[in-house]
Amino acid sequence: MKTIVDVKSLTKNFPVGAGFFTALKDVSLQFNEGEFAGLVGPSGSGKTTLLNIIGSLDVPSKGEVVVLQRSVGKLSPKEAAKLRKEELGFIFQSYNLLPVYTVFENVEFPLLLLNMTAEERKERVMETLKWVGLTDKVKSRPAQLSGGECQRVAIARAMVKRPVLVLADEPTANLDSKNSHNILQTMLKLNEELKTSFVFATHDEKVISYLKRIIRLEDGKVVADELIAKPSK
Amino acid sequence: MKLIKTAFRSLIGNGLKTWLNVFVLSISFVMIIIMQGILQGWSKQAIEDAVRWEIADGQYWQEKYDPHDPFTLDSSTMQIPEVFATDIKNHLIEPVLITQGTIYPDGRMQGVLLKGIQPDQHLLEIPTDSLNKVTDEIPVVMGAYMARQAKLKLNDVLTLRWRDRNGTFEAADIRIVGVFKTTVPAIDVGTLWLPLDRLQMMTLNEGCANVLIKSPEKEVVDIAGWNFKTTEKLTETTLLMVKTKSIGTSVFYVVFLLLGMLAIFDTQTLSIFRRQKEIGTMIALGMTRKQVVRHFTMEGSLYAILALAFGAVWGAPLFYYMVEKGITFPAVEAADFGIPMGDTMYAVITPGLVIGTVLFIFIVTALVSYLPAKKIAKMNPTEAIRGKAL
Repeated sequence: MKTIVDVKSLTKNFPVGAGFFTALKDVSLQFNEGEFAGLVGPSGSGKTTLLNIIGSLDVPSKGEVVVLQRSVGKLSPKEAAKLRKEELGFIFQSYNLLPVYTVFENVEFPLLLLNMTAEERKERVMETLKWVGLTDKVKSRPAQLSGGECQRVAIARAMVKRPVLVLADEPTANLDSKNSHNILQTMLKLNEELKTSFVFATHDEKVISYLKRIIRLEDGKVVADELIAKPSK
Repeated sequence: MKLIKTAFRSLIGNGLKTWLNVFVLSISFVMIIIMQGILQGWSKQAIEDAVRWEIADGQYWQEKYDPHDPFTLDSSTMQIPEVFATDIKNHLIEPVLITQGTIYPDGRMQGVLLKGIQPDQHLLEIPTDSLNKVTDEIPVVMGAYMARQAKLKLNDVLTLRWRDRNGTFEAADIRIVGVFKTTVPAIDVGTLWLPLDRLQMMTLNEGCANVLIKSPEKEVVDIAGWNFKTTEKLTETTLLMVKTKSIGTSVFYVVFLLLGMLAIFDTQTLSIFRRQKEIGTMIALGMTRKQVVRHFTMEGSLYAILALAFGAVWGAPLFYYMVEKGITFPAVEAADFGIPMGDTMYAVITPGLVIGTVLFIFIVTALVSYLPAKKIAKMNPTEAIRGKAL
């Protein structure tokens, strides 16, 4: 299995008043191609911070994080943006859809940044919306959709460029049980069919029940890293 | 291109707020063009009127003549050069003799400039043919403003006092044989027009003049003791005065522009505060912070383009009206302004004015949009995604 993320002795400090708050302490782990893994732990355990650093939205204070052979801490803003634009997909707890864009335009947005032709974009967007079952909502705006539908749009937006890795931060936190399962099944299907890796930050049992690897974080440290041979879902 | 596309989508998606800003900005566009157009029209009309009523194709001034210094009038009175004798007969050159006098309308005393001109001249539009009327008194014509100020009317008779070239005071009755309406204050305010030969006789200045007005059909020649002043030179002061007035007027369009810019600045500032999550998401999706700054600057700048299109729709008929029908100021008196000014002012809207205004507003709008967008460069994207960066 090819390693796509290599976290080496990562420490992340945030300035608080005159001192620092350490969100991650000497964390080391790796993610391989095709993983469906989760960073699990209570609030403040450092899940989101780790996800942000892997996503090149933040940089390590100490240690190194290598994503697809690129050391996140050493990337220029332009190189980090290129990494996110071409290789990474993001799914957020509150969907973060662009409110004035339609479903089609939201999903199309990452492709616009990749300078694809209008024809290619249309084809790719429609195909992706088909995966998430939203072809009948192309002209709707986020405000006209349910929470589950919004999150499916967010998944489509993350998947439309066929990223190597999707980082999902509490993707089911705002969804009811039924929608949560629908979303997770969609993501699992995409993981299995497209071999896209998924890394979740979550403390939701529903998500945990789908994971093939669970990395438990507590107070910024990895306390357990287990492979699940047979996820409960 | 993709930047314009995404920015345009965001702008249109903002709905009513966008269209309100566009409307306010389009008012600035249209008003600036109209006001500048009127000022350009005013300049054009001022020059044309000055040429028709006062300047013709330029003037020879006796070298000591200074219109702003009445003490030069006596010393600048000089024999008309012999070389112009035929031209004067053919009305290709019109001599004007200028001296000071005093009139006594209703027992009041009022200083005036007496200007002698050939009654059958046709270089200027002043209706001097009335001066041919045979009267017991000296015939004079005057402008309507002067007549109103002195409370005089057609056929009034009053006393005029003047000094001849030896300094002797003389007095005689004058009769107003013509009152003309003009837009050129310089030939109206405080001025009486008399037959040239009569004024020459009255002042013992036979064959003399201070100014020689040239016809376009006559070539300019060098004459000793006389300096030729071109039309451009003679209208220089008028244009300068219009320009000075235009500075005062520009306050209005600065206000219009400020209103538009304030609306955009306000919207952009609020937008950046409100749309932090969007900004964070754009960065997460692969835009650099610089690109997001450009996106928001472009979004703001697009207001100018929409306002241009919108302003063209409702402004074009207004431009047409202002160019063809003009705007009438019935209560405005040109003499009050001291600059030639018609009752109706027509706008002159040139491509240069439109393009200049468009570029100016586009640059100002882009700048006003950029200022709040600069904040994005300092945003932490992880905080922005959660809407907590500002």
